[in-house]
Amino acid sequence: MTTVETATGTTKTMVLNMGPQHPSTHGVLRVLLELDGETVIRAVPDLGYLHTGIEKSCEDKTYSQAITLTDRMDYLNPLGNNLVYCLAVEKLLGLEVPKRAQYVRVLLVELQRISSHLVWLGTHAIDLGAMSVFLYCFREREEILKIFEMFAGQRMMTSYIRIGGIALEPPAGWRAAVDRFLKMMPSRIDEYESLLTGNRIWMGRTKGVGYISAEDAVALSMTGPTLRAAGIAYDNRKMFPYSSYEEFEFDVPTRTDSDCFARYMIRVAEMRQSLNIVRQAMAKITHEGPIRTDAPGIVPPAREKMKTEMEALIYHFKIFTEGFSPPPGETFVTVESPRGELGCFIASDGSPKPLRAHFRSPSYINLQALPKLVTGQLISDVVACIGTIDIVLGEVDR
Amino acid sequence: MTENTSQRASVVAEHLRAWNPNAIEEIIEFRGETTLVLPRKILRAVAERCREHAELKFDLLTDATCVDRFPQEPRFELNYHLVSIPRRDKIRLKVRLSGSDPVVDTLVPVWPGANWLEREIFDLFGIRFEGHPDLRRILLPEDWEGHPLRRDYPVEGYRDVPMVTGFRKSSV
Repeated sequence: MTTVETATGTTKTMVLNMGPQHPSTHGVLRVLLELDGETVIRAVPDLGYLHTGIEKSCEDKTYSQAITLTDRMDYLNPLGNNLVYCLAVEKLLGLEVPKRAQYVRVLLVELQRISSHLVWLGTHAIDLGAMSVFLYCFREREEILKIFEMFAGQRMMTSYIRIGGIALEPPAGWRAAVDRFLKMMPSRIDEYESLLTGNRIWMGRTKGVGYISAEDAVALSMTGPTLRAAGIAYDNRKMFPYSSYEEFEFDVPTRTDSDCFARYMIRVAEMRQSLNIVRQAMAKITHEGPIRTDAPGIVPPAREKMKTEMEALIYHFKIFTEGFSPPPGETFVTVESPRGELGCFIASDGSPKPLRAHFRSPSYINLQALPKLVTGQLISDVVACIGTIDIVLGEVDR
Repeated sequence: MTENTSQRASVVAEHLRAWNPNAIEEIIEFRGETTLVLPRKILRAVAERCREHAELKFDLLTDATCVDRFPQEPRFELNYHLVSIPRRDKIRLKVRLSGSDPVVDTLVPVWPGANWLEREIFDLFGIRFEGHPDLRRILLPEDWEGHPLRRDYPVEGYRDVPMVTGFRKSSV
């Protein structure tokens, strides 16, 4: 295991082991802290406790089977993982996805962003001692998960976004459910803000804590709310639009303080922007239209077709037994996940299984900045700093 | 959009060729993505140029990963994905490495963010990065044997071989 040598000459420092079973490390992160009294001199993160070899497993699955594995990486953002993987495979195949399916994808991914930020806000607040916010956040998250259950039949591991479109027609009554959520949510966000934003204890625990300069953040490849809190408006939805994001109107909130408080403000503002996008997506989704692209041999045929057409049945059988073979080549697609830039790199050698599937997981790369954030801070601020990066260990270790 | 990207990418390629005629071995265009294949020796110099020069400004190293094309030789391909935030541009740098000598210069002095990315590649593929400040395994335990993401490492692992030192390895 990793060890931290105590600096020679000083007898004051001590090494403290934080995690992997520490409640504020959000899973199984271990951080070795070298302390001078209560001040952190050095921090060394140690990861891999949740390494499940998802990238290796993808190499042994056909392209459509691997979708279910992507759900399990970032378990607060399964739809976003499905999306980035499907976009990469679609790019490899040169597939065009029907507009209606693209809008449904946007709608769900933005709802997912809100639910992920709610979990972040709740757990971050509980780490810093504000118990009740957690209960309120999970109350609203439940409503989002119910919407996912309506769409996909699953609350979390949805696998709803598929290569070439989406798995099922949006269910009856989804508009009413999303509408109800959109009406309720803005006042609920106000409620969280009334509990935290002007709260003296909250400000004391987060303002000026965990500062990182914009140059350092970019040099350390940080992305997402942590980078935007440093004043750089880097958002994949605006910079390199995918899934028709260029048709949506929304702002990319930025701040310049680059501390834990700024990151909190960014995420709250992002929730409001996401509500705005969900509203636009709902208006764009037509009542009827294709949800999957027509690509025989790649996208499974409709159920009705299989009952009447011989070829459709053969294709269905072939897709689910031997899969399909994209042309040899490599693609790298990035999307904006709640944590930052989520990327998927796929290399194909022309066989039905990926030669290599790699995921650029934002929490893994953002976590790299943890030593920079916590050095010189108090040990209680380490908790705030880990929380503010918003890591999901399932994605860090993959 | 595709044409725009390849036009901008060719600007990058031309710039690098004007700077060093041997900088680029091959340019691969696929689905609107441009890959510049570089000789291993000058990877670090090209990376510095890409980051620093005012015309290029690739300030963000977003990802680095490896592909094992076993049993082909050279079997390893390192891919670096660069993003220029001010210019809204992307490019991929690729370096090919042979299986017998998988060593390349580290990019940590250019982008400090390369640190964990290279550690992950070292851990899973066994590629060594010359000059890396902290080249240790990151995801797997320190006493793990082999590099699991290599293509000649079985997906199910070596199940019947206990990973505890001192145990006899079964002969399969």
